[in-house]
Amino acid sequence: MSLRAAVSVRRGTLDLQLDVEVADGEVLAVLGPNGAGKSTLLRVLAGLLLPDSGVVVVDGATWDDDGTHLPASRRSLGMVFQDALLFPHLSVADNVAFGLRTRGTGRTAARAAADDRLARVGLEGMGGRRPAELSGGQAQRAALARALVGEPALLLLDEPLSALDARTRLTVRAELRRHLAEFRGSTVLVTHDPVDAMALADRVVVVEDGRVVQAGTPHEVARCPRTDYVARLGGLALLPGTGEGRTVRVENGGVVAVAEEARGPVFAAIRPESVALYLSRPDGSPRNVWPVTLAGATPHGATVRCDLSGEVPLVADVTATAFAELGLTPGAPAWAVVKASEVTVYER
Amino acid sequence: MPAPLLVPAVLGVLFLALPLVGLLVRTPWSQLGPQLAAPGVGQALRLSLVSATLATLLSLLMGVPLAWVLARSRARGRTVLRALVTVPLVLPPVVGGVALFLVLGRQGLVGSWLDDAFGITIPFSTTAVVIAETFVAMPFLVISVEGALRAADARFEDVAATLGAGRWTTFRRVTLPMVAPGIAAGAVLCWARALGEFGATITFAGNFPGTTQTMPLAVYLALQRDPDAAIVLSVLLLGVSLATLLLLRDRWLGRAGVP
Amino acid sequence: MRKTACGVAAVLPALLAGCGASGAGPGGDGPTGTLTVFAAASLTDAFPELGKRLEEDNPGLTVQFSFAGSSALATQISQGAPADVFASADQAQMAVVASAGRTDGEPQVFARNAPRIAVPEGNPAAVTGLADFAREELALAVCAPDVPCGAAAEAVFAAAGVPPRPDTLEEDVRAALTKVELGEVDAALVYASDVAAAGGAVEGIAFPEAEQVVNDYPVCVLDGARNAAAARAFVDLVLSAEGRRVLTDAGLRAP
Repeated sequence: MSLRAAVSVRRGTLDLQLDVEVADGEVLAVLGPNGAGKSTLLRVLAGLLLPDSGVVVVDGATWDDDGTHLPASRRSLGMVFQDALLFPHLSVADNVAFGLRTRGTGRTAARAAADDRLARVGLEGMGGRRPAELSGGQAQRAALARALVGEPALLLLDEPLSALDARTRLTVRAELRRHLAEFRGSTVLVTHDPVDAMALADRVVVVEDGRVVQAGTPHEVARCPRTDYVARLGGLALLPGTGEGRTVRVENGGVVAVAEEARGPVFAAIRPESVALYLSRPDGSPRNVWPVTLAGATPHGATVRCDLSGEVPLVADVTATAFAELGLTPGAPAWAVVKASEVTVYER
Repeated sequence: MPAPLLVPAVLGVLFLALPLVGLLVRTPWSQLGPQLAAPGVGQALRLSLVSATLATLLSLLMGVPLAWVLARSRARGRTVLRALVTVPLVLPPVVGGVALFLVLGRQGLVGSWLDDAFGITIPFSTTAVVIAETFVAMPFLVISVEGALRAADARFEDVAATLGAGRWTTFRRVTLPMVAPGIAAGAVLCWARALGEFGATITFAGNFPGTTQTMPLAVYLALQRDPDAAIVLSVLLLGVSLATLLLLRDRWLGRAGVP
Repeated sequence: MRKTACGVAAVLPALLAGCGASGAGPGGDGPTGTLTVFAAASLTDAFPELGKRLEEDNPGLTVQFSFAGSSALATQISQGAPADVFASADQAQMAVVASAGRTDGEPQVFARNAPRIAVPEGNPAAVTGLADFAREELALAVCAPDVPCGAAAEAVFAAAGVPPRPDTLEEDVRAALTKVELGEVDAALVYASDVAAAGGAVEGIAFPEAEQVVNDYPVCVLDGARNAAAARAFVDLVLSAEGRRVLTDAGLRAP
């Protein structure tokens, strides 16, 4: 394990008790509602906040422990904030070079490394600009370049996409996914958006009121929500596939019809409330009709979350009454129907 | 523009500008040349500019860190500290001058020691002028910079820390450049106040041409003898300070004008 | 027919002093209301005492003072300041007021003041006379030539043939005295009245040349006085034997 942290912080109404572990190259998403203590965790990991007690160990080096506190400036980390927070008085390249300069790299070498890193995030030739001259997406890319340029052991992402507009968020999310795949250190991503967690993380911990309420892979968490919060936010079927115009061929071989043109590697995302279940193949010509098998069912209030396997694996929320009328039992076959306009597609 | 704002604003401008107009109307322009050539005027003007500038530099040196402490520290004594900083603002400058005597005078707490140990006496020297001006003018800088620091987004300091910058580096390379406009505004205010300083200066530094007689002192004394001369000197002081400020402003705008 | 206190006092000061006293006597139709007196800073100690006596003799009368440098006061009066009486530390500033048309009658000299050397208690620099003002190693204060006490100082040094080496040219005599009281200067050239006012903190040293530049203190009711009756009563009191005693106690001389 490359990051191991057990953190306890009490501040006002917040009572945070979290244990997290992240391996090298792994991305851990910390998902939870506002005020759950997610950002506090990041601030502790960054060394910006002294925990009441706790241990933070990165690559075998103790950053926090009883009587030990390594200041933020001496931790090998990169951090990306919700607003890019590029220093307004420095050029974009000087922003990216900042961390190298403070750690003793010479001016020329730092500048070269910054230009190189900017090129890798698609900002080639923009180093001379002022941050105010960048778009939101460009600024967040520059912030990512700034965080990664020093090859840190730990990357902390604090709601990195939530300040972006919907369209930009899709492209920046896809790029971020690529950079995270290349990144060799550990990553902790804090977000309240399950899509970010599903798309970017290898593992998810769900935090509510300062405690981990659920942990696992994105799919595990989505399929078996243990709290209402996870149920509401989770349950998203995230299908990696290849765009072929108005259809997406998913990895298991199934084909998903979509409303917008899609090309290349994409995700098709389907919300559980968009899925209708039938015992026999429905009439008419809905474009997405798939035979599925009920793998599991979890009641949640007035609805039942159904885990469906098949060539297009899905999660469906049906009302308890409908579920009873269908008389489905685990292993039973059914037909799942989804309108093409209900499918969200984005690059991966 | 709404009348409830416009009318008081116009009144405000008139209130501030009319005394100036009165001064200009009363200025005996024919005397301008001879008065300016009068012995001691150039000397007083030079001393004023030099001492106000030194006082501003001294204020920057002490005032910016002080403002940082006031804006960033969470220590309990901060409120008291802020009250102390504003003392020179409410103290009549003449009293400020006497207070400076009590500390830095020959019989003063620190001054007597300086005199005994090093033979240094501060009163009645140009140093005393700079000290008196700094005492009166520095609070303007501190308050202005503290405001700028409070308004600045402290998260940038967090960012700098995560990028390996210690607190000093962060202050130097991030905080300071970001509040530079506030510091500049404070420095201008401080300089202007130092330039017009009278009470503390004449008390603590005395009045002697060439060493301690600044323009405001020269103006005051001229007023005793020849009001016309006093008006000419005031207009001169006003003109020089306005010209300096406009010049500096142009330079700043020229450099920081890139959006 | 309008008689002016100043005019009569010029001819018969003693008699008028008597008249003033009787006119302001208790139970008589003495002046009431508020009297505003503008007086030279060196009268700060003597005049309030006289004001108090006038108030005691005239129930219903309030006397208020504005003390400042004579030249500042002269400027204010010339600009129309609402004063009833002006007492100046020299003739020049009274002339300023007169030329502005604000004197009512002839100004009368009621006291004289002679320059004196003031040194801090104990005279640490062992100053003995005017010659010490040429010692560069001393911290010395003299009034600026623009103000009356400075003009007097210039005359004194000229008479003594001493080239003074002051460290500061003070804007008024009280500022010079303050610096002596604080011990920040070794000596200052001030007036006898200032030395008396400073009490024990300051010692005075008389010198012969002072006699050549003794200056006169004129007083006059002002034209446009809002309380002319009280103004005349006050001027009468100042010129009376009683007034003279109070002024002498404050270090001033009789004219």
